[in-house]
Amino acid sequence: MLDLQGLTKHFGGVRAVDGIDLTVSRGEIVGLIGPNGSGKSTIVNLICGLLPPTAGRVVFNGADISRLPPHARVTLGIARTFQNIRLFGQLTVWQNLWVAQNSGEQRSQNFLPRWLGGSSGAWEEINRTLEFFDLAYKRDELAANLAFGEQRRLEFARALAAKPALLLLDEPAAGMNAEEVDQLDGRIRKLRQDGVTTLLIEHHVELVMSVADRVAVLNFGQKIAEGTPAFVQADSAVREAYLGTAAVA
Amino acid sequence: MDFYLGLMQIIGVHTLLGLSAYCVLLTGQVSLAQAGFFAIGAYVAGMLTVLAQWPLVPALGVSAVVAGAMACAVGFPALRVKGLMLVVATIAFGEAVRLFFFNFTYQVQAGNLKLGPHGAEGFRQIRYFPENGWTTLDVMLFIWTVVALVMAGVWWLDRSRAGAVLRAVGEDELAAQSTGINITAVKVSAMTIGGVIAGIGGGIFAHYTTHIEHVQFGVVLATFAIAYPILGGLSNVLGTLLAVIFIQGFLIEGLRFMGDWRNLLFGGLIVLAMNVRPRGLLDAGAMLALKRLVVPSKDRNGA
Repeated sequence: MLDLQGLTKHFGGVRAVDGIDLTVSRGEIVGLIGPNGSGKSTIVNLICGLLPPTAGRVVFNGADISRLPPHARVTLGIARTFQNIRLFGQLTVWQNLWVAQNSGEQRSQNFLPRWLGGSSGAWEEINRTLEFFDLAYKRDELAANLAFGEQRRLEFARALAAKPALLLLDEPAAGMNAEEVDQLDGRIRKLRQDGVTTLLIEHHVELVMSVADRVAVLNFGQKIAEGTPAFVQADSAVREAYLGTAAVA
Repeated sequence: MDFYLGLMQIIGVHTLLGLSAYCVLLTGQVSLAQAGFFAIGAYVAGMLTVLAQWPLVPALGVSAVVAGAMACAVGFPALRVKGLMLVVATIAFGEAVRLFFFNFTYQVQAGNLKLGPHGAEGFRQIRYFPENGWTTLDVMLFIWTVVALVMAGVWWLDRSRAGAVLRAVGEDELAAQSTGINITAVKVSAMTIGGVIAGIGGGIFAHYTTHIEHVQFGVVLATFAIAYPILGGLSNVLGTLLAVIFIQGFLIEGLRFMGDWRNLLFGGLIVLAMNVRPRGLLDAGAMLALKRLVVPSKDRNGA
């Protein structure tokens, strides 16, 4: 479904992402881990189109999307969350999802109902998503007034409002307590049953090891290992990247 | 009495000007081009009624379309720049429009009079209202009918999904793009709507003043346009109306008895108002209090 081919991004002399090849198949949950500054977030920005690649291609469902603007990629079915939460603070919880209904199917509605009122079907979808994230009771609250955990959930919910086929989660567990991480784990699994493919970028190794089918490890912009969670955990290059050379010996 | 009717006319037209800036400001863009669109509307509507003998309402319609088309065309290049650079770019556009009308002469002989815009001397004799026997009261009522319609339209737009999308772009362009909003299309649309409203406002302005010239459409007017929604607050269109009443009714006319001291106080009072109410005269808190006044608490259910 998603195919990164030799994806490269240089910032001046810094090789933030350096020739990454990665394939994500339909229905998979793929974890992407790596130490700070290893290029994880840059990869997300390249996939969703906020940054143009220096070289290489992003292929989605067989089509090269490397030059498409971000909003067009959402229409194709790629949605993301942000590591540092970026909600529309002065809009209500409900409105945050309302403005994000931009899938191809949602866009193909008639102009007037789409922009002026919205169909009852669209409202129903928003309400269902809010229920799924335990946010229904906050629907008329301004997003800026939510507690941190609720904002994280809303960020996730907003990405789902566009009914994505591929979901890019950029450190969704950052700042969460154990219980919240558990719920997050459950939600990602539930979404897979609904046919959503997930690329999970995370520092929280336990979550990735628990939920991911396959894990890719980055270091200095390069992929140093890829495989099942157990395989990756045993890999010496990965241990080196995280713990340093001395600890491995 | 005529003084108050005249004041009401000024407030009405400036409300239209403020609303045009309000629409653009919702997307987070500070545009000083609104006075330019207002000028285009004024000249187009004036020429249609004076030179082509059109009735007023269709003339206003055409001035709205022309100003809106101009705003759309300006929107594409101008909205590629942000923040202060956009302010500079839109000032440049506004001045270009003003200087165009400074040099624009198109006169037609009518009896022993020459009618039409005449460069630096301006465009005199826009006498649609007196020729058709409209009293000051009629004009005032006409203006406020238009203002009420436009305000209701913008209020409704504001509450629709389109309004939420405008505000989303204003809050965080990066997040808006990433949730699938085409921010260029949204910003250009907002600019176009703003241009349409400014065009209507300009068209009315030309007819009640009967004499327009380029100096009226300079940076000062552009600054007023943007000051209304900022001072009034962006929670809804009523804030803009309140700010126009405050500035035009109180600061400019109400303090006229103070002579030269007025200009000094003018700036000071605006700074004071912004300090006391940093989110605008009519912010979310004030709206909530108003709602409580109108709807007694027992009628509101739960939340």
